[in-house]
Amino acid sequence: MSIAYIRFELLRTFRNGRFFIFSFIFPLILYFIIAGPNKNDHDFGGTGISAPLYYMIGLAAFGAMMTTIATGARIAGERQVGWNRQLRITPLSARNYLGAKVVTAYMMAILSILILYISGTILGVRLSAEHWLEMTGLILVGLVPFAAFGIFVGHMLTVDSIGPVMGGTASLLALVGGTWFPITSGVLFDIARFVPSYWLVQASHVSIGGHGWGARGWITMAAWAVAMCFLAARAYRRDTKRV
Amino acid sequence: MSRLVEGSRPTGVELRGLVKSFRSPAGPVRAVRGIDVTIKAGETVALLGPNGAGKSTTIDMLLGLAAPDAGTVTIFGRSPSDAIATGAVGAMLQTGALIRDLTVRELVTMMASLYPSPMDVEETLVLAGIEDVADQRTNKLSGGETQRVRAAVALVSDPELLVLDEPTVAMDVEGRLAFWTTMRTFAARGKTILFATHYLDEADAYADRAVLMARGRVVADGPTTEIKAMVGSRTIRATLPDADLTALGQLPGVVTSDRHGDAVILSCTDSDVAIRALLEQYADARDIEISGAGLEQAFLQLTGDDGFVDEDETAEGAVR
Repeated sequence: MSIAYIRFELLRTFRNGRFFIFSFIFPLILYFIIAGPNKNDHDFGGTGISAPLYYMIGLAAFGAMMTTIATGARIAGERQVGWNRQLRITPLSARNYLGAKVVTAYMMAILSILILYISGTILGVRLSAEHWLEMTGLILVGLVPFAAFGIFVGHMLTVDSIGPVMGGTASLLALVGGTWFPITSGVLFDIARFVPSYWLVQASHVSIGGHGWGARGWITMAAWAVAMCFLAARAYRRDTKRV
Repeated sequence: MSRLVEGSRPTGVELRGLVKSFRSPAGPVRAVRGIDVTIKAGETVALLGPNGAGKSTTIDMLLGLAAPDAGTVTIFGRSPSDAIATGAVGAMLQTGALIRDLTVRELVTMMASLYPSPMDVEETLVLAGIEDVADQRTNKLSGGETQRVRAAVALVSDPELLVLDEPTVAMDVEGRLAFWTTMRTFAARGKTILFATHYLDEADAYADRAVLMARGRVVADGPTTEIKAMVGSRTIRATLPDADLTALGQLPGVVTSDRHGDAVILSCTDSDVAIRALLEQYADARDIEISGAGLEQAFLQLTGDDGFVDEDETAEGAVR
């Protein structure tokens, strides 16, 4: 895979002002607004987790979700100007093309997670190195279905329609996933356990020595990852077949 | 029809029996109806034809962007995808803009990074005449500059085959001249160039050979001088109810004659000579108009096509 190519993909992404604000600045501001006043709540909503930690992961998950799904907007934009056709007449293989998209998405997601981690420590979050790593690992694995979803919608939708779809999906997934408040019972809980964003937020349970995901979480995530990768691959093939 | 190029040179591009149809809301469109074209390595060939002739569809099949319904494509003896994988092909597609958020130099560098043995980026910028805008963002360029950057993107791989699909459409006269100067320089390195155009002048000035397409078929293939003489450069239209078409067709400077009701249409290589002869022999000619022949009209005359799709050809495979 061409490192230079990925470098320019990253550079382009960074220079996109709107993306930058939504992926990095927006979650950061929300974090301080929501978690700041509850700085000293050490058992947030009966989860056994402090409010700053809970929201740190909630918003890191939200930001990472937004950045990975946003791959779709970049792909749709490239398709609109015919750039994907231009790329298809270069030696860049489908695998490397998609690989570059995923690497870019992950780099951006990691950055958005790091920004939230730093903010978390400012609000007093303290974890062992082991817990930081395990939590981060779970989030990164949990982003697989979202990265695939980004590629899926990017090759399915147009620039005009993709904004609402991405924004709506991310907002709904954040809500059901527990980004804004803990979901521990009721209908919402029954639904949440089938939603990948819920398990992203659940990664914060690592900090209380609990099981991060457990078998149910891993199975749910694996199912979503397989389904989304299938849809992404199909959308890509269909799109590149069309004249 | 005579071929300009000696047979000893290796084959650059070979299209055999290409057929392609699309579904459209108005029913199936048979965009390409069986074409055969051979381009020798080092040749510059114009794919000439009016809009809707099937030029872009042919180019899409040549580049492997569309799969032919029938027929084969080879580029230097390989399949399009193999040729592309080695970086042997560069192309400027008809539609397309540039991706945003990069400078011109960054974009060309990015594309260069995809090829095994690209041209030097600075050399490419100079060759395409865009060194002045190299540090500008791609979304801040004029239409002509954008086209030249797209040319640079096509050239940066230092391809053996360069394919240009109506490259000068968005350019002014100066831009066109500069663009073709670039392409001549590139062709002089022994490269093979195929460009689609609906400007006869462009084909005449820059190609060794022109392949004429109309309605999905190749209707003529030969040196551009020959093609130019066949197509004619001007059309004379006059109201002349009783004149004999054959006699009109034999007037000096006239290539073909046609009748639309009371009007006759003469396609001319030299309309000045033709109009004098016409008025001398047919003093009663009225409502005379002389116009630059649109390729579309010229082609229809050339192919004897009256504008109706002949349905008996629906089941055809590869038509020669």
